[in-house]
Amino acid sequence: MLAPSTTTTRLPRRSISPLCRPLALLLLALPMVAQSAQRELLQLFVVEPYLELHTGPGRGYPVTQVVARGDSVDVLFRRTEWYKVRTERGIEGWAAEEALLKTTLADGTPFHIERGNRDGFRSHSWEFGILAGDYGGASMIGGLVARSLTDNLNIELYGAQFLGDTYNGYIADLGLSHVFKPEWRCSPFVTLGTGVERVEPKTTLVAPTHQNFQTAYVGFGARYYLARRTFLRAEYRSHTVFTNGNTNEVETEWKIGFAFFY
Amino acid sequence: MENRIRILLLTLALTATSGCASLHRLWPWHRHADAEVAAQKADAAADAAAAAAEAAPPPTVIEPQVERRKIKVPKIAARNFEIGAKYGEISIESYTAAPVAAVMLDYHITEDFFFEASAGQADAGQTSFETLGGNIQLLTSEERKFRYYNLSLGYNFLPGEVFLGRNHAMTSAFYMLGGMGAVKFEGDQKFAVNFGAGFRVLPTDWLAVRIEAQDIVFKSDFLGTNRLRNNLAAYLGATVYF
Repeated sequence: MLAPSTTTTRLPRRSISPLCRPLALLLLALPMVAQSAQRELLQLFVVEPYLELHTGPGRGYPVTQVVARGDSVDVLFRRTEWYKVRTERGIEGWAAEEALLKTTLADGTPFHIERGNRDGFRSHSWEFGILAGDYGGASMIGGLVARSLTDNLNIELYGAQFLGDTYNGYIADLGLSHVFKPEWRCSPFVTLGTGVERVEPKTTLVAPTHQNFQTAYVGFGARYYLARRTFLRAEYRSHTVFTNGNTNEVETEWKIGFAFFY
Repeated sequence: MENRIRILLLTLALTATSGCASLHRLWPWHRHADAEVAAQKADAAADAAAAAAEAAPPPTVIEPQVERRKIKVPKIAARNFEIGAKYGEISIESYTAAPVAAVMLDYHITEDFFFEASAGQADAGQTSFETLGGNIQLLTSEERKFRYYNLSLGYNFLPGEVFLGRNHAMTSAFYMLGGMGAVKFEGDQKFAVNFGAGFRVLPTDWLAVRIEAQDIVFKSDFLGTNRLRNNLAAYLGATVYF
């Protein structure tokens, strides 16, 4: 076991500056903060020669403390891939996830945390995404929620607002998508569904009335895995709008955005 | 001669009796002897078992009832979300500057990147035309409300620490934000692009204070020509991590 380092200094205790105290007290009253203070903490044991503690949650923050092999740390919480930990001597610091994955639990089993990877990209339960693009010539911003039925088949709900020169509006779509090769980093898919479209013509037009239409769509796209739980999603859809007139209208839509899986 | 006859007879007798051992089962008196041998073998087996029993460890007086310690793995709280509000001044192009208030929700993906959803509102003043024109009002008070929302991607490009005197160190970061959204103003809603930069300081692990500058750009022909209109804003805000 390594002797405690003599070259490192104790982390300065960070306290709330007097200016922030009233605000801090107000926010402390928030139940979520109070609740989180009572949590049971995870204890991890260092099995590598030492565990480095940084002063902040980032790769550039200096290492001012190390925890020796055999000693333990309590994990207070995590922020992205950094973990705030407290040593047996009560010193707090930030440990990198990569370093903590080399520690063990009290029973000697290696510490493991579910983080997004390619396996999760292939097989997961939920997807959430933010996408932007074009809908029939209008700019569009939307959000997507998808539930995986199998690795290949998803049921998807998409809602968006589109903003054009002559009209604005909203669309809401419900459909199925089939991913051909979910194990590929860039996996193509096809999609099929139905939805509603609400069109709000601009006030400068002659007959500014809101109109709702039912739509059906087919489309294709691709998902590209980025890192952890994040992937890119790009898609093209062709909407058939069932109008009251003699002919149905066709609106094309393309969009690209970020999505997360869980 | 007699000796030779004796040796011959003795040899015959020995030869005749030597095979009796292999034929003993034929004789009833030997069956009893077999039973005795079996009994002896059983005794020997019993002795061996007893010896084995003696060799085994003695029965324990107290049965140790130690249950294996079960490690309950507490869940690690993830504080990747940030929620808060900001207040500042926005210079709405062609109008006067006006106070602006906004709320925002952030999700930190990595130490470098985060998403932000934000929505805000300001009350625009009068255009120069209205100020000079006397009683002319181009907009109703509802149309004069400048409302926006946007979804942005942020990048912490200069993380660091700031120090307050000798004993206080706070983590901080400069960040850049860019995204898109919509602006509702002058009786119309327009697609808008936003970009900006800010500086975030964390006095505690769960509280952040930020100074931010942002430009919201949209295209409008309301004031004569169809052109891009920049709306610069400066904010002071506070957020809580959860």
